[in-house]
Amino acid sequence: MVSTSETKMAYPPETTAYAPENKMSPTSTEGTKSATATAKLRAANVNFHYGSFHALHDVSMEFQENKVTALIGPSGCGKSTFLRNLNRINETLRDTRLEGEITLDGQNIMDFDITEVRRRVGMVFQRPNPFPKSIFENIIYGPKINGMLKGTSAAEIVEKSLRRAALWEEAKDKLHESAYALSGGQQQRLCIARALAVNPEVLLLDEPCSALDPIATAKIEDLLVSLKDQCTIVIVTHNMQQAARVADTTGFFLMGRLIEHAKTDMIFKNPACKETEDYITGRFG
Amino acid sequence: MATSSAAIGPAGKSASRRQPFGDEVAYAVTWFFATLILGLTLWVVFELWTHSSESISKFGFHFLTTKLWNPVTDEFGALPFIYGTVLTSVLALLISVPVGVGAAIYLSELAPTKLSNALTFLVELLAAVPSVIYGLMAIFTLVPLMRDYIGPAVQAVAGKLPFFAGHVYGVGYLTAALILAIMIFPYIISVSREALMSVPRDQREAALALGATKWESTWQVVVPYARLGILGSVFLALARAIGETMAVTLVIGNDPAIHASLFAPGYTIAAVIANEFTEATGKVYLSSLIELGLVLFALTMILNAAAQLLIVLTTGKGTARG
Repeated sequence: MVSTSETKMAYPPETTAYAPENKMSPTSTEGTKSATATAKLRAANVNFHYGSFHALHDVSMEFQENKVTALIGPSGCGKSTFLRNLNRINETLRDTRLEGEITLDGQNIMDFDITEVRRRVGMVFQRPNPFPKSIFENIIYGPKINGMLKGTSAAEIVEKSLRRAALWEEAKDKLHESAYALSGGQQQRLCIARALAVNPEVLLLDEPCSALDPIATAKIEDLLVSLKDQCTIVIVTHNMQQAARVADTTGFFLMGRLIEHAKTDMIFKNPACKETEDYITGRFG
Repeated sequence: MATSSAAIGPAGKSASRRQPFGDEVAYAVTWFFATLILGLTLWVVFELWTHSSESISKFGFHFLTTKLWNPVTDEFGALPFIYGTVLTSVLALLISVPVGVGAAIYLSELAPTKLSNALTFLVELLAAVPSVIYGLMAIFTLVPLMRDYIGPAVQAVAGKLPFFAGHVYGVGYLTAALILAIMIFPYIISVSREALMSVPRDQREAALALGATKWESTWQVVVPYARLGILGSVFLALARAIGETMAVTLVIGNDPAIHASLFAPGYTIAAVIANEFTEATGKVYLSSLIELGLVLFALTMILNAAAQLLIVLTTGKGTARG
């Protein structure tokens, strides 16, 4: 195995090693912020390997603050893989390798404490995956492990998060019931609320509506648009109409490469690349 | 291609070659097998009951509360054996559950795949070792160890406590519990590991994505999710511990009395039946031994029912589909 920046299962050594740099992050963030304009998250020449499979080829992409960015492309094109690198959740897979640089507010995410990256870059998964606990406990889990319960009451955080995820009215009377008592769409909004409870600056969503019916999907789309003034959103979707509805910019992936990333209007009305045009007009994929 | 066309050929004809009443036959056969299990259980109870009638009519419920076991005067009571059985089994669980679950967590969550597979293979081998081997091992290693080192060491620190008082013979409740713990260890590891490995990956990732460490995700999310399976492993182990005969008989000390001290010799139900059955001469003696079997059966039933109840009670709100 070549191990340039091979991902490891053991985080603690890294954590301590990088701790001093971490403390400097506020100042260095200030400094780089102007340089990168409003790019909240930036990937530069990202290559990713699953074992011997080269899944991502030189992907460079910027995500603007308070915008929704959609990643589209046919199955297996690497869009989910790319997304899962943005909060380093792919590190949990064995035998994988990441090359290139991903920066959050100008700072390499590899230099962060891994738990800090994941708190600041939240994630919602393809299938609703609430914990087998009550709605209340689901939401409070993140704030609890991140030590955010000092000063604010748990009930306050739960209400605020559920309101942000447009689930409060439906859930307020059954906060202490099992999360599995909710419908699929409600569970997915609960997962969004759970992710929002730790105040992430970026929210990654990996095909969040693929297991949901159209009405539940519409609710989540409305929610994403309403959330973008609070955080930067990146959504992977199979559904091109969804990208057109919610995204400010859209990136098109094909065979592990980012083919094109532009304003959503441009991608759908006047794509620069032949492959993008073929895909959005349904000629393949 | 040839195979596929060959497969279609007979299939076309098979409709006419089907058994008439195929579903009914299958239903009847499987019903018979299922009923057989119930029938066997009832049969065991019936046999135990009828063969222990002498003892039941002579002692009644006092059998369960009498401490005396005296073949010479034909007076029999089950209490020392119930005490010994429950004490050694519970002690064995107290020792084995933390170690077993801990090992299962390591194997399923933390160990590299190859190491995990190799260790799991070894663990399953351990489960296949005959219990008499464990018993011999206990006689040759555990008993001297207990008598010469563990006993004196514990008594030096906590000899004042009634649990550790008295002479250390080497054989006794604690020695039996230790060998039981070693014997049930593989069951707990193996079943708990399966339960932990069947926790969906997205549960782990949900916790990690919220900023949890690997350990937080394991301990606060994965283990609770697998709780039912882990409990299942504990009850399987308990059932095994209660009924274990050979290894326990070799190291329990065979004293039909109740002692508070864990170092004292005692007796269990299974051990006394195995030891005394062939030499039980009187009718009441024999009948009492068989009634002990009935008690063991009931004890197992009660503990299993309690286990089911515990599962029902803890599977209420806020838990996984169980």
